[in-house]
Amino acid sequence: MMPLTFLMWLIAALLGTAVLAVTIVRMRMAPWVIYFMALAISILLFTAVLSCVSRTFAITQLTLPVGLPWLGAHFRLDALAAFFFVIVNIGGALASLYGIGYGRHESEQQRVLPFFPAFLAGMNLVVLADDAFTFLLSWEFMSLSSWALVVAHHREENNTRAGYVYVVMATLGTLALLLAFGLLAGPDGNYAFDAMRAQTRPPLWAAVLLALVLLGTGSKAGLVPLHVWLPLAHPAAPSHVSALMSGVMTKVAIYGFIRIVFDLFGRADWWWSIPVLAAGGGTAVMGVLYALMQHDLKRLLAYHTVENIGIVFIGLGLSLAFKAFDMATAAALALTAGLLHVFNHSIFKSLLFFGAGAVLTATGEHDIEHLGGLIHRMPWTAFYFLVGCVAISAFPPLNGFVSEWLTFQAILLSPELPSWGLKLLVPTVGGLLALSAALAAACFVKAFGITFLGHARTAAAGAAEETDSWSLAAMSILAALCFIVGVLPGLFIDALAPVTMSLIGDRLPSQLSQPWLSLVPIAESRSSYNGLLVFLFIITSASLTAVVIHRLGSRALRRGEAWGCGFPGLGPKTQYTAGSFSQPIRMVYGTYVFRAREHVEMRPPGDLAPARFRAEIHDLAWELIYTPVATAVSLAATRLNQLQFLTIRRYLSFVFSALVILLLVLALWR
Amino acid sequence: MLDAGIQGVQMLLVLLLAPLLTGYTRKVRARILRRLGPPILQPYRDLLRLLQKEVVLAENASWLFRATPYVVFAATWVSAALVPTFASGLMFSWSADLIAIIALLGGARFFLALAGMDVGTSFGGIGSSREMMIASLAEPAMVMIVFTMALLAGSTQLSTLAGFMISPVAGLRVSAGLALIALVMVAIAENARIPIDNPATHLELTMVHEAMILEYSGRHLALIELAASLQLLLYMSLIACIFTPWGLAAQGASAGSELAGAAAYLVKLAIGGFLLALFETAVAKMRVFRASEFLGAALMLGLLGTLLLFVSRSL
Repeated sequence: MMPLTFLMWLIAALLGTAVLAVTIVRMRMAPWVIYFMALAISILLFTAVLSCVSRTFAITQLTLPVGLPWLGAHFRLDALAAFFFVIVNIGGALASLYGIGYGRHESEQQRVLPFFPAFLAGMNLVVLADDAFTFLLSWEFMSLSSWALVVAHHREENNTRAGYVYVVMATLGTLALLLAFGLLAGPDGNYAFDAMRAQTRPPLWAAVLLALVLLGTGSKAGLVPLHVWLPLAHPAAPSHVSALMSGVMTKVAIYGFIRIVFDLFGRADWWWSIPVLAAGGGTAVMGVLYALMQHDLKRLLAYHTVENIGIVFIGLGLSLAFKAFDMATAAALALTAGLLHVFNHSIFKSLLFFGAGAVLTATGEHDIEHLGGLIHRMPWTAFYFLVGCVAISAFPPLNGFVSEWLTFQAILLSPELPSWGLKLLVPTVGGLLALSAALAAACFVKAFGITFLGHARTAAAGAAEETDSWSLAAMSILAALCFIVGVLPGLFIDALAPVTMSLIGDRLPSQLSQPWLSLVPIAESRSSYNGLLVFLFIITSASLTAVVIHRLGSRALRRGEAWGCGFPGLGPKTQYTAGSFSQPIRMVYGTYVFRAREHVEMRPPGDLAPARFRAEIHDLAWELIYTPVATAVSLAATRLNQLQFLTIRRYLSFVFSALVILLLVLALWR
Repeated sequence: MLDAGIQGVQMLLVLLLAPLLTGYTRKVRARILRRLGPPILQPYRDLLRLLQKEVVLAENASWLFRATPYVVFAATWVSAALVPTFASGLMFSWSADLIAIIALLGGARFFLALAGMDVGTSFGGIGSSREMMIASLAEPAMVMIVFTMALLAGSTQLSTLAGFMISPVAGLRVSAGLALIALVMVAIAENARIPIDNPATHLELTMVHEAMILEYSGRHLALIELAASLQLLLYMSLIACIFTPWGLAAQGASAGSELAGAAAYLVKLAIGGFLLALFETAVAKMRVFRASEFLGAALMLGLLGTLLLFVSRSL
């Protein structure tokens, strides 16, 4: 059997699982059965693709007699699709594994179980689709099934609003993609991707097309200012679904961008990279600044997804620029950096959302101001979450550092670019990338420090219990992956070579053949990094120091009270809070970006009312863009509402005048 | 085998020299202020005494609090050993380039900031919060400096960079000058020196770095103090090997030239320590929120240096 046929059967099995879920949802073992089946099918999909790739890799195509009657449904498995397919199914398998444990606490099984496998199937189909109709149908299927999961807990405050904003933004995105595919298909309506690749297009269309693609895929991936739905919708869903939406679905959107811009459009002009780079740099910094202002753990993580999408788009933008100027090796380096970051982010973001879900089930608290001290109550969750924090903050020897390091190396190749616009833009983007990395570290000190360290701030946090072993197993696999990709990046970079070969026509030198398994993107005299050696050095010197000190120095230890300036018995209320932790950063950056102000109300002597401190921040994306648009729409709707209460004569005259105008237009057009 | 030996000598050299540099700087500073000052060897005595004392741990300190000193010390030590001091092209110098070294130091700071929040006192929180705010400006400034130097030399590898700067091709560059000023500013901030922070203060509202490590005692404190000294040494070696690479022994050089390199290195450290003490006595400490202006200037200088190089490439 052809591998693609096998994959299609497995995806059909996922859809079958969704149908099965509807029928058995009332049974007590239903969650166990459904998540276990989703896990098994995801593992099969993953191994099937890996075995295809490891043998001599050939592009396979398949046409099914469904969809548009004159077109059929085309599917295709090439290197790019295989890479994203692997990401979707690693994420899917681990979310299912986590769901076996986490899903038992679910109160609304009938609103989650049927849509979970359907969501997985939708993402798989988007990656395999090879014509515009199948792509958009799968895309919408993915959006709607995830929307159903977002509003699963629709009685909770704000969740219906999250669902509403999500569905509006998803519709807008799909509309933009629909128009983009219309432009790509040309006047003859060639909706199969193969036909699109062969076309040539006038340059004006290219500008419109780029805007539409950025709008369509960027709204799903979370480019600022299209990100507004993401921090509302991702936290509203159950945590394993949040992990899938943040870790995997945003990657499917990036797949859509790469597929259209690098593959279907063929040769992009150099100026395409300018909006992509600017959007990437802006998104990276804005995402992390938003995250720093958040106290809701899952929302904070969702804003970090926005940041990381920005980093990926920086890599993609650089690759577009290099490709347009025929600097193939540099383009391959930038694309590899972007794709590796896609993979890395899907791993550590899933890990962090799993940890956040464990905290949520153990304490019932979203707000980190009500947590604290969980490292004592949930030691394993704390450890895995810490691994995720170190990885996402891009510190060696974990995986986040490798992809950011590669992006920096790509930026350092860019002075050779002949365009002046890029000469000024690229170093600025490099500065923004460095700024976002440093701010991300500050944000994760806050997230981990307030949630897991210190004293418990509420009784719920003080009584938390360690999460179940299924969830811990899923987190441990992800943490191990963070480590493996960090110390042996060559393995994964070599695996990306077919993708860059097919999209750029060049690849990085084979990394596994380098001495000591080092990472050498261009030449050793230029730059090299060896995560494995750095890790070994640190571990050896740390343990050597510990042994020497314990042998020769002192090993005595005594527990005592913490220093409180002589005031005994300071309670947990005197601890630093998330708000006070981010105050310096709010003062430094927020004054401009969020128009942050602080108000202190001191009462006059004799007044018994308490003094108050209030910090005020504004979300300018909402205030400057969305609220005016929403106001305009509702104003127009109110005005148009009058049209519903007219007499029959006036309706008839409207119809008549519309007919006349149409005929006039038609006559003038000819 | 010889290469491994030289690498080992470098590791021990930085470890042994670091407290001496701290003691020397303190002594010079005291002399400039017309004080007698502690003996130069005092930091060694402090460290030995701390190592033999028992650790007093706060009641709810977790394993993270106890592991952090070792992680911080090891990460700083490894990065200090990867910066060329007396010789370039050491055996493992290629295992981490300048960006990786900065990230390693960032990782050490990340753990120290977490440990500051572990006990759950306000001091730890205030220190961690301010430290991360300062780092959020200092780190991008440092990356821009790396960009400038890497674009000049065509490499982020420190050995190659030092080799380029010593070659006649380097010459005098405006960008390199901007990078030097920015690097000095970043080094002052990263090592918690005046005017950003004062390593000698324990006044509650002005401490940053000291507030973060207030709960540490005994051997843990010794490791953190040693790591701080190592970091000072690292930044001095970095400035020395990039901007004054004279005397640096090349790869596979004779024993004589390596000894000459070591002597030159000691002279550079002495000059650097003297200048640092002189600067610290000449300026006053800033308010915490003025630090953003100081480091913002460093960031802009770094960006300007990089932009100049990007633009001048086509001229």
